[in-house]
Amino acid sequence: MPWAATPKDRLRDLLILVGTIVFTYVFVGLSPMNGKLAYFSIFFLTYAILTGTYQGVTRGSAAAKDAVVSSIVVVGAVATLIPITSILATVIAKGYKGLSINLFTTDMSLATATDPLSNGGLLHAITGTLTLVAIALIISVPLGILTALYMTEIKGRFMKPIKFLVQAMSGVPSIVAGLFILSAVLYPITKSSSGLMGALALSILMIPTIARTSEEVLLLIPSELREAGVALGGTQWRTVAMIVVPAARSGLITAIILGVARIAGETAPLLLLTGGGDKVNPNPFDGPMGSLPYYIWKSFYAGSEESITRAWAGLLVLIVIILVLFISARSLSSRKVK
Amino acid sequence: MSIAVDPVKPREITTQPRLSDRVFRGIVTTGGFSSLLILGLISLFLGYRGFEVFRNEGLSFITSSEWSIVFDESGNIVESNFGLAAMLVGTILCALVAVIIAVPISVFSALFLNFYAPAWLKKILVAVIDLMAAFPSILFGVWGFLVLMPSVEYWAKLLNKYLGFIPLFEIKPYFATRSPFVAGVVLAIMIIPIITSVSREVFAQAPLDRIQAAYALGATRWAMIKAVVIPHGRSGVIGGAMLGLGRAMGETVAVFTVLNIVFQVNWHILLGAGGNVASLIILKFGEASPYEIKALMAAGLVLFVLTLGVNALADFIVKRTGKSGR
Repeated sequence: MPWAATPKDRLRDLLILVGTIVFTYVFVGLSPMNGKLAYFSIFFLTYAILTGTYQGVTRGSAAAKDAVVSSIVVVGAVATLIPITSILATVIAKGYKGLSINLFTTDMSLATATDPLSNGGLLHAITGTLTLVAIALIISVPLGILTALYMTEIKGRFMKPIKFLVQAMSGVPSIVAGLFILSAVLYPITKSSSGLMGALALSILMIPTIARTSEEVLLLIPSELREAGVALGGTQWRTVAMIVVPAARSGLITAIILGVARIAGETAPLLLLTGGGDKVNPNPFDGPMGSLPYYIWKSFYAGSEESITRAWAGLLVLIVIILVLFISARSLSSRKVK
Repeated sequence: MSIAVDPVKPREITTQPRLSDRVFRGIVTTGGFSSLLILGLISLFLGYRGFEVFRNEGLSFITSSEWSIVFDESGNIVESNFGLAAMLVGTILCALVAVIIAVPISVFSALFLNFYAPAWLKKILVAVIDLMAAFPSILFGVWGFLVLMPSVEYWAKLLNKYLGFIPLFEIKPYFATRSPFVAGVVLAIMIIPIITSVSREVFAQAPLDRIQAAYALGATRWAMIKAVVIPHGRSGVIGGAMLGLGRAMGETVAVFTVLNIVFQVNWHILLGAGGNVASLIILKFGEASPYEIKALMAAGLVLFVLTLGVNALADFIVKRTGKSGR
């Protein structure tokens, strides 16, 4: 290929790179700046200037601009990745210190914030989060999928407004969902915080995620399948239930998993609604119920060294859960495409 | 021989759907309207609970920034003043800082993903950015407080040292911890994935024939982007930024952990005194009296209307680009 890089080109690129690294080290070392970010910014600045001038001298100003933009664009991508790398690294580095067997076998009912880490655990938080997610699923899966079916199968007169409303609903701040359940259910009806209240607020946040993802999945089902179903004499109900939904099954499961990932770490409404107990509470209808986000929040604000380690351990558990959900959703949806 | 032929009554032909279909359509339509129902109920209930506060405070609920309630010995309310001005200004300020930081980074990374990255790298990066969008806000809150805040404070000091003559970057009296700037940086990190994915989708819709035409005319990659992709995707990026703005305004936990809430309107982003409607609700909820809870509900309604408006506008702008430019 005539446009492939020749050894001479590669040598030149390497030289520019090495020159940049050397200059960055020397410059940052001599100047009063410090920190990784200083190295990062000086490195890219120098690289942009070096390649820019080289291209400008050899090929003119258009090429120089192109070279400078190329390095700026890489800066954007790297800047996006720095936080996620830092978050993952910190959570793993600080969280694994708090991991132990008793973390998964005991709750915090007999432990205080300053107790050593061998005392107490987050069993109540895990069971609580599982209960909350299960109830939220029972409510929001039917509603979310029905909304998606309305937009793809019925295509009624109100399709556009509903689509808009679902979009608007996905932007509802989580604290507002919490306040709504507080004002509409907790104060007038139950009058005490419980797991169910938290789950209701979580379903409000989950419905739009499920509805939007399911809609996208159902739109991918070829309309020939629907036409074939109807042509064979099936009613619309039979066609949807026996052909469309089974064909979209793995995509719908992906939608549900993404919905769970959306709410698993939701904190604000749970602070208002669940009461956040320290004991394993199997009854979602009565009594305070713990949850992972609440546990992290409480440990973080307890402020002692042990409790902050507990918070990091809780975050590690939460992040692993979200990672597993996310990877399973990805692998399911990529299988569907083939 | 005669066979008595029963006149067969012809089957009635109708376009009416069968009973099963009518039931099915009824159920699906009812389910489809759940979003309308929920949104309606949210505004109804928050409005109903907050009505008393709205009536007592009038316009000063938006314009004043005092938040106090005084009881006498027997627990009756002597005096109460609820005003959201400082919180609203703070919410908008933090969200704007976040958008100003996040938009350039997101646009550049979206350009990188679409036009610079090799296919394998693009696949990995898209997955990582999507994962980042699924991270819970408490994670950003704890990480932001313990890891990010010390370095952001260092940047804030640099900004103040070299750009302190601009009123926006003034710190007086000197107190730079937990400022709106820190909250803005945390929010920026949270909304970068959202703006990146919206921009990426909009850029991917840039007409291929024009891209190839630009290359065929000898354009460099940047010249092509400037001539084809940016004009096509401009309003989509604006819509994505608005979407991020809406998300940043409604964020609660991450802001609460890194922001010092002060009931005073403050435009100096580096000064450690900010406001945030959502954080106010968390802050005051624990010890609030029934009447103050009503005020918090009213504050929630204001936040709800604000985010709904921003989101609706964002949705409108993103939709419009889908149609134009093709």
